[in-house]
Amino acid sequence: MTEPFFQVDGLNTWFFTRQGMVKSVRDISFDLTRGEVLGIVGESGSGKSVTGMSIMGQIDEPGRIVSGSITLNGEELTTLDFEEMRRYRGRRIAMIFQNPLMTLNPLMRVRDQMYEAIGAHEDGSRRKMHDRCIEALKAVGIPSPEERFNAYPHEMSGGMRQRVVIAIALLLGPDLIIADEPTTALDVTIQAQIIYQIRRQIDERGLGMIWITHDLSTLSELADRIMVMYAGAMMEIGTTQEIIGSARHPYTRKLLDSVPSRNTPGEKLKQIPGNMPSLLALGKGCPFASRCERATEICGEPVPATQLSGTHRIWCYHPFED
Amino acid sequence: MLSFVLQRLLQSVIVVFVLSIVLFVGVWLIGNPADILISSEASEADRLAAIAALGLDKPLWHQYLVFLGNAAQGDWGASFVYKEPVVSILLQRLPASLELGLVAFLIAVGISIPAGLYAGLKPESLLGRGIMAFSLIGVSIPTFWQGMLLIVAFGIALPILPVGDRGQLATHFGITSSLWTLDGWSHVVMPAFSLALLKMSLLMRVTRAATMEISCLDFVKFAYAKGVKSRKVIVGHILRNALVPLVTVTGIELGNLLAYGVITETVFSWPGLGKLLINSIKVLDRPLIVAQLTYTALLFIAINFIVDILHTVIDPRVKSVMRRRTA
Repeated sequence: MTEPFFQVDGLNTWFFTRQGMVKSVRDISFDLTRGEVLGIVGESGSGKSVTGMSIMGQIDEPGRIVSGSITLNGEELTTLDFEEMRRYRGRRIAMIFQNPLMTLNPLMRVRDQMYEAIGAHEDGSRRKMHDRCIEALKAVGIPSPEERFNAYPHEMSGGMRQRVVIAIALLLGPDLIIADEPTTALDVTIQAQIIYQIRRQIDERGLGMIWITHDLSTLSELADRIMVMYAGAMMEIGTTQEIIGSARHPYTRKLLDSVPSRNTPGEKLKQIPGNMPSLLALGKGCPFASRCERATEICGEPVPATQLSGTHRIWCYHPFED
Repeated sequence: MLSFVLQRLLQSVIVVFVLSIVLFVGVWLIGNPADILISSEASEADRLAAIAALGLDKPLWHQYLVFLGNAAQGDWGASFVYKEPVVSILLQRLPASLELGLVAFLIAVGISIPAGLYAGLKPESLLGRGIMAFSLIGVSIPTFWQGMLLIVAFGIALPILPVGDRGQLATHFGITSSLWTLDGWSHVVMPAFSLALLKMSLLMRVTRAATMEISCLDFVKFAYAKGVKSRKVIVGHILRNALVPLVTVTGIELGNLLAYGVITETVFSWPGLGKLLINSIKVLDRPLIVAQLTYTALLFIAINFIVDILHTVIDPRVKSVMRRRTA
């Protein structure tokens, strides 16, 4: 097992709104080794995207990282200011967004958006940049890259645009890529192609990836490890085998049950009754307790982590026994 | 592109033609100039002679056709009151209005776009809120009222700026204007600010709204995620996209500034077209009214034309829609 190159430890990101403090991310800790994909799964509002944006140092007012540490190759990122962090963004850590139709500036040619990405970190002639960009477009399987290179975003399909975005993310050879639901807006056949391309890039280049999604079924194909989040907190983390095959947390079980392909045909889809609690009024206990069939009085107390194996950890007083 | 230009030109001709009919009928409906222009003490014979001399004895359709025939040859008729060709009257007054309108436009755009951008980027900041408060006051105070307040403040109480008229003129490059002299600028700056205030406030709000909307779009976040510097993200991504709605609004405002300075020109006794229009309506000087309103229409058509061209330059999506339509 190689040493992790990226670590998040005790991360807390809160938003100080007029209605009160929204604790979007609470005590999140995980690490990542090279060539590994960590999937972060959760419902909308679970804090998975805020976790990604915290790593990018792109939390907007009135939010801020309250405590915790984020280290990349041993360097602490949370103490950097916006300009110092800017040097990492795009160069060491890259990000891919959910909707490829919205990720590229509609008024700029692909060419200029790629040049801009390189120009933010390096000086160099256009000629040199041009060759690199074409290489990057080829690497993600874009046919006739020279033509796409000079096109405007609206002249391409969603799948093609997402490939361009991935090419831009890979341009400067980052150590870490954060992908926030990058295939959700694409249709299924394109999804599979994109996932294949990304997995290949990760294996070839040995980079780490955080794949944020609400869709457990894509994760099962792609991720090495999965982290389950609920209402800003970690519920369970383990290898894909451990989470998909033998989840122990009641929330993870419910999440798995609600995946359509796991149900028998004709059977009604299983839902999780109730709603996520308001992030403004969280108690100190397990946030899932109000929707959990196994909850008892003790679930109102702070939940300690239970180490089930070297890789498998859960936060629950009443886990399933295998 | 060429077919687009030709298409628009043809459209413009049709618009002007239809407008001239509406104008002619409208002006005819307002009242009979003979009642105002001819003294009530004149004899019946003199009255009829005067009406015939003005061409008012003919039926309306006939008058219109005569007007149309002359206008096509460049003769827009003579003013009933001044007995001078209306075109030369307009050309006398036009520079003053253009000066005032253009200076007001520069003030409005020069202040509102940076201010609106700032307020949109930092809506919670003290300055951002201050800008919004200012724009709210700007859209709420009637133009004539703030004009008078400005005169009281800077013309009388603190007499640092002259009030009334254009000041000293000078001619350079064949253009006679008060903007060549310092005295001219001291005359134009206060009325121009007064005229600009409402447009400035409106543009500020439009800029702020567009900035706020675009700032939270993914491509802005992606630009930051690429490591692009803040200044470049703001200018190259946010402002550039905000220009799409701004160009439209700014174009209309420019037309308004150049054509409808009536109130400001009256308050500041500015010798421009606005005052002329009001006066000609008062005395039912038909040729002058028609000529001025046609000028206004042509102005708006020209501005809209430029706005459309600018859109195709700024937004590549517009170009491809057009290509599909004209192909």
